[in-house]
Amino acid sequence: MHEMSIAMAVVGQVEEAAGPGGVRAVESVRLQVGELAGVVPDALRFCFELVCAGTVLDGAELSFDPVPGRARCEPCAREWDTGMPPHLCCPECDGAAAELVSGRELRITEVRWAPEPQPESQPEPQPQPAVDRE
Amino acid sequence: MCRVEDLQRAVLAKNDRGAEALRTELAARGTVIVNLLSSPGSGKTALLEAELTLARRRGVPVAAITADLATENDATRLARSGVPVKQVLTDGLCHLEADMLRSHVEGWLPDDTRLLFVENVGNLVCPASYDLGESLRVALASVTEGEDKPLKYPSAFGLAQLVIVTKTDIAEAVEFDEAAFLGNVRQVNPGVEVIRTSARTGEGTGGLLERAMAVQAGAAVHRPVMARQAVAHGHSHSHSH
Repeated sequence: MHEMSIAMAVVGQVEEAAGPGGVRAVESVRLQVGELAGVVPDALRFCFELVCAGTVLDGAELSFDPVPGRARCEPCAREWDTGMPPHLCCPECDGAAAELVSGRELRITEVRWAPEPQPESQPEPQPQPAVDRE
Repeated sequence: MCRVEDLQRAVLAKNDRGAEALRTELAARGTVIVNLLSSPGSGKTALLEAELTLARRRGVPVAAITADLATENDATRLARSGVPVKQVLTDGLCHLEADMLRSHVEGWLPDDTRLLFVENVGNLVCPASYDLGESLRVALASVTEGEDKPLKYPSAFGLAQLVIVTKTDIAEAVEFDEAAFLGNVRQVNPGVEVIRTSARTGEGTGGLLERAMAVQAGAAVHRPVMARQAVAHGHSHSHSH
């Protein structure tokens, strides 16, 4: 269950990005998770909720962008889906010279900070709510 | 306005930085870390005890850190080799992280240590994600565990720089299909060396020590396909939500 450690790392990185005195709430966090990253999204979501409690991320939504495993054999100029468990020998030459093109990602790609609190005195009252979600 | 920030941060960046710092720091004093991963009960401790004993007999300064959720049994076993051994209790955590390892190394590891063997928590899932600053990562599987172990735990075997088969003395009794196992290792990690060992008969004893000494002396290590990223990290993605 290293999803707990990963959730803690995500929260730590977002808190760091919020900066000192960064008391703004976080609406959502988007993660890129490679097929070969060894992370179970459901388990991570569960841990994320627990870890967020009492932090600036309390209540934040976690979403995932899965990234398929892809490998490329440079000598053959062949690229393929690795699948899971991954096939990492080149299907063309059966060689061991391949490189991963994608699949090991575990990155925070995007954070949505909650709206800033509105200043006390607005010069003109806004007809529309100031919160723009999309 | 809800502000959206393109963060592009690796989740495990902090661990990776810690690992790199530890690797550099230890390399500067001539120490190389060897990280051993396997399931519980696959024979890490028995193998390691044999290798440590051999190292001591040959006069190679080595040390070992063994991590478990509970008990100091493994440290007691490894200490029979006569080399410095330390038990790390993870208090329920399923893996070691670089900063944890550093805190145990500091002030304990003798200066002249050439090889520091780290027996990770018996688990093939979580430890695979954490670089500990090792220069040689080893995945072990015993002949009793089934030939498809490398496929079930592709990160552990796919990122290993050396694979060790243990308990070969009972391979026949448990009908271990070595060719199938090797084929599965090759599928997730083509080109990785596999060595056969038996702590009971002594088959293969010294193999790990020799490989580790070669790395310590600067020999190139196997680079698993899974560890070779063709495209540099940090490429920008344009998302539109």
